[in-house]
Amino acid sequence: MAISKEEIIHIAKLACLNLSEEEIEQYTKDMQEILEFANRINQVNTEGMDETIGANRKDNVFRKDEVIPFANREILLQNAPSQDEGMFSIPKVIH
Amino acid sequence: MAKEDYEIVIGLEVHCELSTKTKIFCSCPTDFGGEPNTHCCPVCMAMPGALPVLNEKVVEYAVKAGLATNCNIEKNSKNDRKNYFYPDNPKSYQISQFDKPLCYDGFVTIETDKGEKQIRIERIHIEEDAGKLNHDDYGRGSFVDLNRAGVPLIEVVSKPDMRSAIEAESYMRKLKSIFEYIGISDCKMQEGSLRADVNVSVRKKGTEQLGTRTEMKNMNSFRSIVRAINYEAERQIEIIENGGDITQETLRWDDISGKTFSMRDKEDAEDYRYFPEPDLVSIKLSDTYIENIKGNLPELPESRKKRYLEEFGLTEKAANFVTSSKYYSNLFEEAIEICHNPKTVGNLLMSDIARILNEREEEPEDLKFTGKELGELVILIDQGTISSAIAKKVLEELFNEVKMPSDIIQEKGWIQISDEGAIKEIVVKILEANPQSIIDFKAGKSKALGFLVGQAMKETKGKANPQMLNKLFLEELKK
Amino acid sequence: MELYEYTVHELVKKLENGEVTSTDITKSYLDRIKEKDPQVKAYVSVLEEKALAKAKQVDDNRKAGTPVSQFAGIPIGIKDNMCMTGIRTTCSSKMLENFIAPYDATVIEKFNKEDMVYLGKLNMDEFAMGSSTEYSAFFKTANPWDLSRVPGGSSGGSAAAVAAEMAPWALGSDTGGSIRQPASLCGVVGLKPTYGLVSRYGLVAFASSLDQIGPITKDVTDAAMLLNLIAGHDNKDATSINIEKKDYTQSLINNVKGMKIGLPKEYLGEGINEEVKQAILDVAKKYEELGATVEECSLDVGKYATAVYYIIACAEASSNLGRFDGIRYGYRTEKFNDLRDIYKNSRSEGFGPEVKRRIILGTYVLSSGYYDAYYKKAQKVRTVIKNAYDTLFEKYDILLTPTSPTTAFKMGEKSNNPLEMYLADIYTVPVNIGGLPGMSIPCALDSKGMPIGFQLIGKAFDETTIFKAAYTYEQNTNFRENKPTFKGGEK
Repeated sequence: MAISKEEIIHIAKLACLNLSEEEIEQYTKDMQEILEFANRINQVNTEGMDETIGANRKDNVFRKDEVIPFANREILLQNAPSQDEGMFSIPKVIH
Repeated sequence: MAKEDYEIVIGLEVHCELSTKTKIFCSCPTDFGGEPNTHCCPVCMAMPGALPVLNEKVVEYAVKAGLATNCNIEKNSKNDRKNYFYPDNPKSYQISQFDKPLCYDGFVTIETDKGEKQIRIERIHIEEDAGKLNHDDYGRGSFVDLNRAGVPLIEVVSKPDMRSAIEAESYMRKLKSIFEYIGISDCKMQEGSLRADVNVSVRKKGTEQLGTRTEMKNMNSFRSIVRAINYEAERQIEIIENGGDITQETLRWDDISGKTFSMRDKEDAEDYRYFPEPDLVSIKLSDTYIENIKGNLPELPESRKKRYLEEFGLTEKAANFVTSSKYYSNLFEEAIEICHNPKTVGNLLMSDIARILNEREEEPEDLKFTGKELGELVILIDQGTISSAIAKKVLEELFNEVKMPSDIIQEKGWIQISDEGAIKEIVVKILEANPQSIIDFKAGKSKALGFLVGQAMKETKGKANPQMLNKLFLEELKK
Repeated sequence: MELYEYTVHELVKKLENGEVTSTDITKSYLDRIKEKDPQVKAYVSVLEEKALAKAKQVDDNRKAGTPVSQFAGIPIGIKDNMCMTGIRTTCSSKMLENFIAPYDATVIEKFNKEDMVYLGKLNMDEFAMGSSTEYSAFFKTANPWDLSRVPGGSSGGSAAAVAAEMAPWALGSDTGGSIRQPASLCGVVGLKPTYGLVSRYGLVAFASSLDQIGPITKDVTDAAMLLNLIAGHDNKDATSINIEKKDYTQSLINNVKGMKIGLPKEYLGEGINEEVKQAILDVAKKYEELGATVEECSLDVGKYATAVYYIIACAEASSNLGRFDGIRYGYRTEKFNDLRDIYKNSRSEGFGPEVKRRIILGTYVLSSGYYDAYYKKAQKVRTVIKNAYDTLFEKYDILLTPTSPTTAFKMGEKSNNPLEMYLADIYTVPVNIGGLPGMSIPCALDSKGMPIGFQLIGKAFDETTIFKAAYTYEQNTNFRENKPTFKGGEK
């Protein structure tokens, strides 16, 4: 199954990446190669197999509904590329 | 074809914020308000390396919601990631549920003019709320506040079973009422803790196939839901009548212009790439767990209604009304504990209290007085201390300030005059001032009595006991 | 002998009997870093001032007779993908070049309680994606045994620092071999614990269902001590397991008599370097001499593990890396008119080529139309592989394999061929797929003087048997007499 450049462009859009012409070229080729390799999983008979979700088989891990406030708001905002009155500022979002 | 030849088909996705103390995946408070980004931590701010841990109360509340809406409970459930980029979605994925919602295949019953109707519920799942984008009017930009990010939600997805805006409203009111009864949400629509995505399509009556639907997101008042559905249905019918096709799209309802608008075309086709959340483990619910929640559910509206009909002899209409809201129903029960007069309490709720709320554009949960005040008010009526006219005035006062009705009437001097001597004096005075009325009465014009009583009421500012007035006027007139 | 040459268990004794101070030890390492790091380039940040201040504080406490913990004042190096409050945590990415962590990872909290001394943050492949540390956005780290060769990856900085004795021990993280493979290539001990044994809270996620933090140390005893420090249930990580805490130093027993060791034949087949193969067979022979039984076995489905790994790891990564959007922290592009530009340009400029490659692969296998064929199928094959391990462990106490098919390769040799780079992990990846513990122990040098490591794979949560086997081997051999030569620096 061949992967087209258009598919890579579509995937890049989903992943919010801008790719240059060369990158599209390169990644199309890479994906082709990697997925061809990955297709070997189809040789495995998985009839009746459950999917592994998480590496260990455990369930029901819950937290108690108790407030533990995070003390330092400043430190949470310190890395913001742009902020205004305690909020992260971004270009105007049009509805 | 005319508008009447079409049928409207409506489905609702209702989002309801759960009233847990903390967020769904971290220990930050869920309180409404607060300075921006103060109810946040590394988890809900999606800092690198932070991990979610599920709040046990969220599962419990969702199961409660499912049981109260006749759903099956999924015993082997899990969380999934829904991937999309938006500034109010800090991880760029929302932790939700995809193919194993906690609750599925339920229904609620609504009242329609043709009787009761079941609206089927496809599923109820848990997920996290998004943050808030603030916009300023000066075009400087938008601002992200993540206080709401991670507040727990349930999403209740109905089947497309509603056929009118009124039915959609009744369904939503019913859900609101049930969720209030079981105490899982404060359902405050103005704060956005109850809101709906409304799917509308139309089809010619008698056809089976569903028409193409449009979706209006984040509707948070009953009034706009009704208006939006009616507008959208008419718009769609007009397009079809003119030979056009409906485009499946997300619309924005504008409350001011009363119109829907097409949202800016999303640049990318939506592909949420759902997959099981690897940072969380599966949710396995035992029969004991489910039975335990079932056993501890509070009495639901249907059962209360039955009781009110059978034990208290309320009319169907009154029973429906009183149980339509937990706040009415609780007020009712508290009041009759005190006054033992269910009928009068029911009538006051259905007529005066509902009217005043409506005038004030408030909801039952905004009622500030309790059954203590309402119960005493009814006792005062029953004892003849105040007339029903005064009772209305006392209620108005109760909406402004919560005080005991006996204190209100004392302060305002609204105590009914039931002293026969005092009333007789007034009767004599009025008769002396209106000789023509005596002549009219004797000539058989019974309206004259009404006039005289009215005059006496005016004289006493409504405080005279009307029955006694009637009686004494008749006695004097017949002399 | 210089202080930096000792193991941690030796240093702990010297501190306890007052022979040296924490400041002495810390200074010895800082000097060593000054001497060797310009060549090796293992550190992204050296925390000299903080380290010396902490060392002095511990020394003062000791002098004052205040009770201190066993590891108080012991220095350590941390892979630069673990959050430390107030410290730059870069993941060796332009995306996080200036990111100051606002909280402590759980492992760091544990070290803080011990009053340990942080020497600095160690270089890695960007976001832990790579097997050579060549994909660091900042600089390449060299292998101390031959500076023209890679140290392996992604925890290449951690392994190189320990090998070059620029840190007595270090933390790495392992998603598909990122602790064991560089440990093997640098001639040190590296352990990937069972998934769920060590909290992942504060470890910048690559692939959530595969990532584990683990020790990189000079010897097996130090690995047991470091695992003691970091293992344990954490209620901030839902995937962390709540089991009774063990003292792994209790497993340092020089005895493998009666131990049943399986030797999967597929691991010695196609693609393996002959010298590596011979070294592993020698290890097997050694174990037999020491009283264990070694038997050839088969893990046929292991050959699908790399494919399964790249599908699952990249799928999870594509989602985990979504949060780097230029809004709340991290790199933001200067070229933008609207929000869309911020997203696309920040991510495109902030992520390196390998990270983008994996995001694209991961997005692809989750996208509509491919989910079932790739992601879902891979999750099922993952179950098949886990089951195959379960079957093997019915028969064997432990499995013996090579850690890496080759010794350290030349810089640039594989960095332009992604698939070939992915195959550097074929022996380590299946262990992560199974969620099992695996350790790499150095055993020999090849003809070029480059270290060879062997891997021991245990049952889930049976690190104990691994420690016992590894310790016994170490006590009866003498690899540690070899020292890195720092040759090949002149290019």
